[in-house]
Amino acid sequence: MRTLAKQNSTIVEPTGMDNWSPDHGHLLDVRNLNVEFRTRDGVAHAINGASFHLDRGESLAILGESGSGKSVTAQAIMGILDTPPGYVTGGEVFFRGVDLLKLPEDQRRRVRGQRIAMIFQDALSALNPVFTVGWQIAEMFRIHKGMNKSDAHSAAIKLMERVNIPAAAQRAGNFPHQFSGGMRQRVMIAMSIALDPEILIADEPTTALDVTVQAQIMELLKELQAETGMGLILITHDLGVVADVADRINVMYAGRIVESAGSRELYARPAHPYTEGLLDSIPRLDQTTGELSAIGGLPPNLTRIPAGCSFNPRCKYARDICRVDPEPPLVELGGGRSSACHFTHELLAGRLAPVAVLAENAVADPVPAAEEGINE
Amino acid sequence: MGTYILRRILQMIPVVIGTTFLIYWMVFSLGDPTVGRCGERPCPESYVARLHEEYNLDKSLPEQYVRYMGKVLQGDLGTSFNGNAVIDQLATRWPVTIRLAVIAIIFEAVIGIAAGLLAGLRRRSFWDTLVFVTTLVIISIPSFVLGSVAQMVFGVRLGWFPVTATQGTWQQLLLPGLVLGSLSMAYVARLTRNSLSENLSADYVRTARAKGMSAGRVVGVHTFRNSLIPVVTFIGADFGALMGGAIVTERIFNIPGIGGYIYHSINTKDATAVVGTITLLVLVFLVMNLIVDLLYGALDPRIAHD
Repeated sequence: MRTLAKQNSTIVEPTGMDNWSPDHGHLLDVRNLNVEFRTRDGVAHAINGASFHLDRGESLAILGESGSGKSVTAQAIMGILDTPPGYVTGGEVFFRGVDLLKLPEDQRRRVRGQRIAMIFQDALSALNPVFTVGWQIAEMFRIHKGMNKSDAHSAAIKLMERVNIPAAAQRAGNFPHQFSGGMRQRVMIAMSIALDPEILIADEPTTALDVTVQAQIMELLKELQAETGMGLILITHDLGVVADVADRINVMYAGRIVESAGSRELYARPAHPYTEGLLDSIPRLDQTTGELSAIGGLPPNLTRIPAGCSFNPRCKYARDICRVDPEPPLVELGGGRSSACHFTHELLAGRLAPVAVLAENAVADPVPAAEEGINE
Repeated sequence: MGTYILRRILQMIPVVIGTTFLIYWMVFSLGDPTVGRCGERPCPESYVARLHEEYNLDKSLPEQYVRYMGKVLQGDLGTSFNGNAVIDQLATRWPVTIRLAVIAIIFEAVIGIAAGLLAGLRRRSFWDTLVFVTTLVIISIPSFVLGSVAQMVFGVRLGWFPVTATQGTWQQLLLPGLVLGSLSMAYVARLTRNSLSENLSADYVRTARAKGMSAGRVVGVHTFRNSLIPVVTFIGADFGALMGGAIVTERIFNIPGIGGYIYHSINTKDATAVVGTITLLVLVFLVMNLIVDLLYGALDPRIAHD
């Protein structure tokens, strides 16, 4: 273990990152990212030209259904895609002006965990069952900072206190299964912020938790972000979670960003039919009809994404132009908004009427259950 | 922990009584154990009467059993029909069997885990296929074929190893140990391979990578221990089984161990020797199982022994 730590410290820090200043551009700038999964059933195009950026202190939400590519995006940024079957086939991920995708693995590892950290959905399975939580947090200090065991342990306890785990000193010796769901997620958060990362990616951090605990965890993330000024990427399918925390929202569908807007603007007036569908599907108390509204159909099979706009089989506004290539580009609408829909202006102006007769076979190609695993 | 061990030991009591009673019943009560003691001719009346007297054969089965167990508890496993104390036989034979078991276990653990790691880390590679095919061949061959062929090739033809192991020394037992351990080695290799490749796609391994840990540390520290949990359980249980001797292997290499003794005793209808030996084997197996369970708890903190 000691030799590993030594190896770690002899690695050269990635060059160029330290000369970066916010004037040079965005802290994180993802351009035209493409990821595919090569499976036995064919090539699944998980991400197809996603572009977005994040600045310091900013909260960006990536919103989408299962299989929309939001988690894969995070894994591609972190460089923890399972290869095979996942491959980044194009694009750039600039962090502090350096393209992470071009860094050799040993330098990329210096970024991972230290400068860009990540927390996961299910903390019970995401924490190692055979090591104490104190050990797992302390590992960050021991391996990245070369601290000795006792220093790292007391640093870990401080972190546990910082994320409001009661009796941190005693609980550091407990194993993950001995904690409640909310406390486990706090442990994950403590581990991720150990080395003061500049970006924290939270992949569905509250999905596995009950509602009251969800709010506490989101509150904690907000507090920590305010304290440290880190950029936060919040990956979720839960519109309720996003509303409070995110400054900006990217809506993903079939591996593309179909709408990007400030959260207020997006909630007030969606500029893409998919976003509109998502917002309409939130159950409301003041609903007059008894039925819940949902977007018909399922996300497309990523091995056979429909021609034209990938949302067209489920879109109530879809016209002929939507069903033929090229797919609608993501166009700037001004005011930091952009949308990838042929009829975005009409939609925003409220002049877009649904096509009366919707094709009965709205379900283009349901995603087989096996594939969802890859995309999540 | 202490109460757990105590509880487990108390639980052993009914198991020991049940198994030994079954064995006693099968050996002493299903047919007269004195029959066939004197070759082709019937035994003299006086001899039969003496045996009946000594083993309480005229009493009821439960009483016979209780009297027998009473002697066992005092450390007296009885005298076999040829006049040797069973306990003395076991004392000279058990070290040989333990040596054989140790060689087999070391072989199966070291080679099996190494092969499993090689295959599990490079799934669908040449090494994975090689390990798969090799283990398949080993699993398919019956142990008496493997033992006889190894004895013929490495012992007789090539002369690399002693052909038999009549003294039961480490050096003599090397080849029999490898033969004995080879089947379990194949299982260990497959178990390690599957366990490792399953754990490599676990969420906590992804977390370890996201923490910026090196590939070596991700496998060596974060995955290895989790992957070994089922392997250690298997090896531990196997050691318990090997302690009982290996009848086939000991026969092939003429090894003076427990397996050979049981075989011989059954052949000569030596009831005392059979029951005595198996009673002790039951105890050894139960203790080994307890040790494996304790080890399991030490490896996996989710198993609580309290």
